[in-house]
Amino acid sequence: MYAFFPGCVSRGGCPELYPSAVSVCQRFNIELVELTGASCTGAGVLQEKNQLLGDTLNARTFAMAEDMDLPIMTICSTCQGVMSQANKRLTSDPEYLSKVNTYLAEEGLEYRGTTTIKHLLWILVEDVGLSTVKSQIKRPLNGLRIAPFYGCYIVRPSDALDLQDNPERETSLETIITALGAEVVDFEGKARCCGFPLLTINEKNSVSMVAKHTSEVKDLGADAMVTPCPLCHLNLDGYQPAASQQSESDIDLPIIHLPQLLGLAMGEDPKELGLQKHIVSTKPLLDKINLAA
Amino acid sequence: MDTSLAIKRFDPEAENAKPYWQEFSLNLEQSATVLDALIMIREEIDGSLALRCSCRSAICGSCAMRVNGKAVLACKTRIENVSDNSRPISIEPAGIMPVIKDLVVDMDLFWNKVKEITPWLETEGVEPKEEYIASNESMVNLASVMNCIMCGACVSDCTVLEVDPAFIGPAALAKAYRFVGDPRDSKNKERLEVLDQYSGIWDCTRCMECVEVCPKDVAPMDRIMELREKAIQTGFNKTTGAKHAEAFTKIIEHSGSLDELKLPIKTFGILNMPLNMLPVGLRAAAKGKMPPVIHPSIPEVEKVKRIFDKFEEEEIENQEE
Repeated sequence: MYAFFPGCVSRGGCPELYPSAVSVCQRFNIELVELTGASCTGAGVLQEKNQLLGDTLNARTFAMAEDMDLPIMTICSTCQGVMSQANKRLTSDPEYLSKVNTYLAEEGLEYRGTTTIKHLLWILVEDVGLSTVKSQIKRPLNGLRIAPFYGCYIVRPSDALDLQDNPERETSLETIITALGAEVVDFEGKARCCGFPLLTINEKNSVSMVAKHTSEVKDLGADAMVTPCPLCHLNLDGYQPAASQQSESDIDLPIIHLPQLLGLAMGEDPKELGLQKHIVSTKPLLDKINLAA
Repeated sequence: MDTSLAIKRFDPEAENAKPYWQEFSLNLEQSATVLDALIMIREEIDGSLALRCSCRSAICGSCAMRVNGKAVLACKTRIENVSDNSRPISIEPAGIMPVIKDLVVDMDLFWNKVKEITPWLETEGVEPKEEYIASNESMVNLASVMNCIMCGACVSDCTVLEVDPAFIGPAALAKAYRFVGDPRDSKNKERLEVLDQYSGIWDCTRCMECVEVCPKDVAPMDRIMELREKAIQTGFNKTTGAKHAEAFTKIIEHSGSLDELKLPIKTFGILNMPLNMLPVGLRAAAKGKMPPVIHPSIPEVEKVKRIFDKFEEEEIENQEE
């Protein structure tokens, strides 16, 4: 059982993410108790203004999960990374933790530093296990060529994300793609930046990053890119028309959320998974496995 | 220990000069570093291999290069930690900077960016008889950034420099932090004013590549974030980046979670919304991919607000002091 932290975007700019994630969790018997009272992590943006405030908001969420005696499950690389970094600062400095706890005292909360935070991607590989994942496959994705795209915050910084102790996390997306029967399209940019954090500040640079990654993958013959980060999805999908314009080529690469890829392999209805809601049409991808959205 | 290395070679004087990969097989000591392997190749197999190195102890910063796609110091990287028996260890010159020959890059781009931030103390007032003294406490924050050995690993792997050579970059910004944070420097405000401009602190995409590859734990991106915080506190709050951070924070204070429709409106102002956001929004709306128009607050928003209030009270108290 996990304390579920869905993140703002899974019900905002990517409304297809929340239901598809909940649905695949049900299939894997991953029990979720949603942290409805938790705030946004700050996404690293609030932290630009005040890191202590950001760490306090996250400590509040960690304390809620701690009281439930549950690890937190995220479905967003950014939520995962921002929370992991906050947790690292809080648990490695008792003085800092007690300072943060003074802000939580009024609400009767205290964070003792025991909460763990895991993305659904890691939970599938580490807790659910590949044999269980494979046992739920109703429609193997044989013949599909899928490129992984991690999102910065689920791969860096490696110490906050415990990658040294959990090296399988660095290849977890490839592991899942392969387990579902699809072929991995490996490429240099898979752990680079999608450009989303720059979007408001320097759209040209942000779109250049979208163009670089999507074009590279398209040239390698991928049918789609899969990401565990809704912010990467928003940029790589929503700004792909601008990237096509900037690079003067039709890229047309579907960008799908991790739970959608899992859902497809588990025989779920593409419409229920929200695959018709993407800016770049997912139809060619679905046609290839004889489905319609 | 049997090891194979694939090295990206380039000789500008060769006919039809083009980069190419060359594989070498070596028998190395268990404790060997990548630099040990490269020196062995140069001394025993191919004397034409060009590389920079000096101290061999992670002090001089000469031997930054990409090993298995990531910037490292060759002298600080043990072969056994980067070898994967299924394929040779890949060794390439550092990224972003132009290659002179093999693993040697032209560092002018790096140094020019560092020079742009006025990398020396600018003091004022009467010159002391001896040196300018700073208290130990006031320099604690600068200790990590002063560890920088100017190796260029962060610049090599910077994702913004990859698409925009005008960006001042992580090394220069970390160096700028070192002077902005120095109590002996008299030009903090002027420095922040320059850094606040286009291609400065707000153009970092927060990807943390520089934090990950820095061999000296300078964590340039963390320093850039501190510069952003200092710039806002100093009153430089008119850039889009500063307004975005301010708007984001206000929204979380108000509703506990992010209202994605309100964020651009509050950042740019309703009359100044960039026109190119319109087609993106319309396409999303047509697909039903829109956040709710009326954004619901989280159930316990009052508790979140109380935390914000406490921070604001403390800020006012600090200002009064």
